[in-house]
This record gives sequence, structure tokens and C-alpha cells, in this order.
Amino acid sequence: MRYVDEFRDPLLARQLLDRIAQRMRSPSLKARLPVRIMEVCGGHTHSIFRYGLESLLPEGIELIHGPGCPVCVLPRERVDDCLAIAAQPDVIFATFGDAMRVPGTQKSLQQARSEGLDIRMVYSPLDALELARKNPSRRIVFFGLGFETTMPSTALTLKQAADEGVSNFFLLCHHITIVPTLKALLDDGDVALDGFIGPGHVSMVIGLEPYAFIARQFQKPFIVSGFEPLDILQSILILLEQLANTEARVENQYTRVVQPAGNRQAQAAVAEVFELRERFVWRGLGEIEHSGVRIRPAYAAFDAERVFDLPAGRGEQGEDVHCGQVLKGLLHPHQCPLFGKVCTPSTPIGALMVSSEGACSACYQYKRTEVL
Amino acid sequence: MTLSINDHTLITMAHGAGGRAMRCLIEEVFINVFGGEQLLRMEDQARLDMAQLSSLGDRLAYTTDSYVIDPLEFPGGNIGSLAVNGTVNDLAVGGARPLYLSCAFIIEEGIEVGLLRRIVEGMRDAALRAGVTVVTGDTKVVPRGKGDKVFINTSGIGVIEHGVNLHATQCQPGDKIIVSGSLGDHGATILQARGDLALEADLQSDCQPLHGLVQLMLAECPDIRAMRDATRGGIAAVLHEFATASGFAMRLHEEMLPVKPEVRGVCEILGLDALHFANEGRLVAVVPAKHAEALLRSMRQHPAGQDANIIGEVLDKAVARVQVATALGGERLLEMPDGELLPRIC
Repeated sequence: MRYVDEFRDPLLARQLLDRIAQRMRSPSLKARLPVRIMEVCGGHTHSIFRYGLESLLPEGIELIHGPGCPVCVLPRERVDDCLAIAAQPDVIFATFGDAMRVPGTQKSLQQARSEGLDIRMVYSPLDALELARKNPSRRIVFFGLGFETTMPSTALTLKQAADEGVSNFFLLCHHITIVPTLKALLDDGDVALDGFIGPGHVSMVIGLEPYAFIARQFQKPFIVSGFEPLDILQSILILLEQLANTEARVENQYTRVVQPAGNRQAQAAVAEVFELRERFVWRGLGEIEHSGVRIRPAYAAFDAERVFDLPAGRGEQGEDVHCGQVLKGLLHPHQCPLFGKVCTPSTPIGALMVSSEGACSACYQYKRTEVL
Repeated sequence: MTLSINDHTLITMAHGAGGRAMRCLIEEVFINVFGGEQLLRMEDQARLDMAQLSSLGDRLAYTTDSYVIDPLEFPGGNIGSLAVNGTVNDLAVGGARPLYLSCAFIIEEGIEVGLLRRIVEGMRDAALRAGVTVVTGDTKVVPRGKGDKVFINTSGIGVIEHGVNLHATQCQPGDKIIVSGSLGDHGATILQARGDLALEADLQSDCQPLHGLVQLMLAECPDIRAMRDATRGGIAAVLHEFATASGFAMRLHEEMLPVKPEVRGVCEILGLDALHFANEGRLVAVVPAKHAEALLRSMRQHPAGQDANIIGEVLDKAVARVQVATALGGERLLEMPDGELLPRIC
């Protein structure tokens, strides 16, 4: 496959690994071992496990699997909101497949569907809008989930619904934004990190500027990276070079996709439809300031949070205490007492076990050989 | 009221009620298309000649499968050809020569006779190609909303020749794992044919009978240990079955896996693994290493085995797991597919 195989070339991977090993031998790095690198995005976590990259890296490099998997940080209570809406008799609830297995307080969307609720998997918010056009007597609620990667398509769909005057289409907005969460992690004293592998698709939309404070204020290298194995290895090498030279800069490895300024059209669509929430709850991490968006008043008629009665009683649950520690890199997935025993991909207790991009699920699927 | 039917006639409850309408449907669609001595007699059962059966081998193989698929028609086949090939292949990978099929239809009220006819024609063509005869059948109609257009069950009978013994328990360390062709074509085709993905790849189902290939393989190498067709769950599920039955670990080599670029493309976009995709015309065999190369050469001479490849081996590790050596030199586990394949979008 063109533009994919080039980035999985074993020979080039070997060369990069040699250069990484060579760099690790430099005195300035030897003095600060282990080097702890957080890959922010779930897509990176998945690649790292899928290609067995950790087993190929020289000793002394520790990869911490960060909070950049929207499914993994989806609170149980939010799944309950979805279920409460889906239980209305005239509602068709449309969601990405990713969210189907996430456990709510009582059950998941997948379980609720088998019990008779009309829950449909869609591949794009436009599919949900099409459902609304085809089913004028039903209310179609789309569960908008994801970071800046999926935000623009939700925003454009909402604008289209408004332009067409579709009155039976609604959005339950659970779009979140990664930068405030990174700041919260860095502000939190107990997370020791030497640098970041930054998200590729999110950066394609938001550009590089939002990360500048990480380099400036916290002195951490931040390398925006593609998702193929060579991308990730090259990003690790760039990061090590910065560390060896005691530099901390935002650097773009994923130049074939990410423009420094991001995608201005996408940013404009997002800004028109969404505004920042004061605070938002992340599963395992709790409330984080300005870490989510909601629908602006101009689009209130489409806002499922305003139109539907949602269950009261919010607040962060206690049982996910280990998930939070894994998300912060304080615990490796297999060090969690539930890992692989009661918490597995088919019976997830924590959400990190749900998505194939979740650190625990990726670890379970691809790496259990070594840890069990 | 006229009972004659054409391709635009909609199936109603009357077509399953046992009266004249049903008789008309059976004659016009099923018997007309299938023909065959047994069906024409229209008795309540097929009668099979035992002397003929026992002249072909010393054991009967008997299998059944139900077919439910959305969409009913897809590039490379339809539910009818699938219902024949699936059951033929279940017989074939046991080393049996497939001979007779039953076929039972559950039809939802409201579908067009034309669609039904195309499905039955698909069955007929597949049966002809596979050299099997549909000898008995049944039709039921359920009210609209109580089914999903058409469900088909087929059972099959075949004969296993004396001396042929294929068992997953026989896999031994050092044995090679061979697959008969590219992986995941059917699964990817169905995903695309559902039409809710804006994908335009040139995909076609691998739906085809495998018994010819199996007979060729057994002639070349009578010591083949085990064989399965890799349907639901893909080759990942088959290899887990082999590992569990034999008690030995299986290892695949990523760069040896035959996966078409179009199928890989679908997998990349949806975050799915072709090793979990269903196939409808692919088998996985475990064979003694010393015969593997010769067997591979003869498989590639057969139309159903052109893209066959050796993809891995049985390891000398007494643990039931499947691992993949990645092209980069890493190693990962291949999990048993975990229920519904959920695409990764957000």
C-alpha cells in the first residue's frame, strides 16, 4: 500500500533503532536515565503495541501511555446519559462503534441495544444526519465523541442541519480537548516525564502553537508525530536529540500531514459551533478546567443536553482509581491488580480496556506474552 | 385470484401457508431452477443410495450451517452461493467428498420473487460448480418485521475416503501453517457492500468451493495434520482452535501473510485486523515441514490455491496461544476476535 508501507520498512526501522541506541549512549542522557516519554495519543499507543516497538527500543527508554483516547476517558455517567436519551421511545441513538462497549454504571450501549433500544452504529455524523432526514417522525441523537480530530466534522454537520432546517437532529456533545489535560498532568507534581510524543491528527487541526507552553514553561520537548512505526521511532530520536542538547522545543515530525498553523477552516467551523466548558469530567482523571466543549447558544435547538432530561447525580467514581494512575503513567497496565484477571477486553471494568487504543487493551491484546 | 408469479410479485404469507400459492412458488422458483430427480419427485424426504455412498469411502461426514447476511447480494456472490459453498467447505476440510445438500429457506413477507430467484440461481450455480445436488428442501414465510429478508439453512452429506484423518489435535511442533489464498476479502467486501462507508475499493468475495483443492492436497500429502476453512473469526479464530486442540503455540510471520492492498486499506481506515475478517473460500492447513514446499507448489496450480502461502509454524511451546512476528522484528499476540468487530473512528 503506497504511503503506508514506506513507513513500516524494517531496514529503515533498524537504522533508526541503531541511531536511538547510539544517542542513548551519549553522556548527557546516561546521566538522566530512564528517559520517560509519554505518547499522548491512543493511536500511538496502538501502534507501539501492534509493532512491538517497546521490545525493540534500547533499555533506559520508558514509554508512558497517555490520556489521548477519547473512549478511555469517557465517564460511566456519560454513558448513562446516552442510555437515558436512547430510552426515549421516539429516539434513534447514533454513535461511533468505539463507544458501544464502554461500560456505564449499569450497562453499555451494546447491552442496551440487545435489550431493544434503537442504537445504531455510524461512521460519520453525516450518516446520523441522513438518518434524521429519512426518519422525520423520530428524533435522532448523535453522540459526538472525540478530540479536535472529529470535532470539525461534527461542527460542519450541525451547520448543515441548521442550514437545512432539520428539526429532528440533535447532538450530545462529548468533544474534549487535549491541551488543558496535558497542562493539568504537568501541573500535577507526581508525574515525572522527560518529553512528549504529540498527537498527529489533533495537530493537523489545531497546529503547533497550542503546545508552545509545554516547551517554554515546563522545559519538555514535544514532538508531533505520525502513527506509523517509523514515524514513532523518528520522533523518539528527535526527542532524545533535544534532551541530549538540553533543548526543549515543539517539533513537527509529521510534516506530510501537519501544517504549523493547522487547518484554519476546521478551526473556524469548530469556533462557530462550540465554546469551551468551564470544566469537564475525564474518567480516571476527574474534573479538568476548560477540557471540553459544548454547543453555543446559537445552536441550542440541536443541543441534546438542553432538550433531554439527563440523569442527575454526577461526580467522579472511586473504582477507577487504577485507571487514573495508568493514565498518568504512575502504573503500568499490567501492574493493575485487575488487569487480565477481572478486567479484559470482553469484560472491561475500566475504560482503558475498552478501546483498542486504550493502554490496557493494547497491552492485553499484543503483549500478554511477556507480562502474564 | 391469480396464482401465477413473476419476478415483481411480492412474497406474502400465502406463499408459506401450504396451499396453492406455496406450491406455485416452489414449482416456479425452486424446482424450476434446481431441477434434479430427487426434488422433482416431491416426496417428503430424499432417499440416498447406501451402496453408492459406501463405494466412495468408509465414513459419512454430515454438517449444517445457517446463513444470515446483510446485504443478501454482494460482489462475488449472494446468500445462495454462500449457503452452498459454506456447507461444501465444512465437509471438504474434513477430507470429505461433498455429495448432497438440504436447503431450508425462511423468507420475510414482502421480498420480491426476482430476488429470491437470483438467490436460488446462485445456489444452483454454486452446487453445479461444487458437484453437489440439492436433494431436499423447505420453505417458510414469516410476517414482515419477524425476519430479515431471507435466512437459509443448508445441511450437507459427504463421504470420507478410507485412511483420511484430519484432526486439529495432530498438530506438532515444527509443522508449517499454510493458507490457501488472500485473507479477509469476503469480510472487507461485505463491509463495503453495506454501503454505509464511503469506500470505493475494488473488492470481491472469495466465496468458492474448496473440495477440489482439498482432494489435490490430500493426494499430494496424505499426512496433512489438520484443516479448517477460515470463516467467521477469520484465520485468527482457526489458529486459536488449532492451538487449543493441540496444546501448542502457533506463530505467524507478518510479511508472509497474503492480504490484498484493498483489504489492508479497509483495515487501516477502520482500525480492524484482516486476520479477524471472515473468508468464504480460504482454508488453513497444518502440514509436516518436510512436505510443505511441495504441497505449496501443487496448491498454487489449483485455481482456489493460486495465492497460497506458508505463513507460519507450530512452536515447541506447550501453551495455547497465537503470536505474530512483526516485519520490524517485534513480536505480538494475536487475540481471538472479541465478539462484534467494532470499527475505530474517533
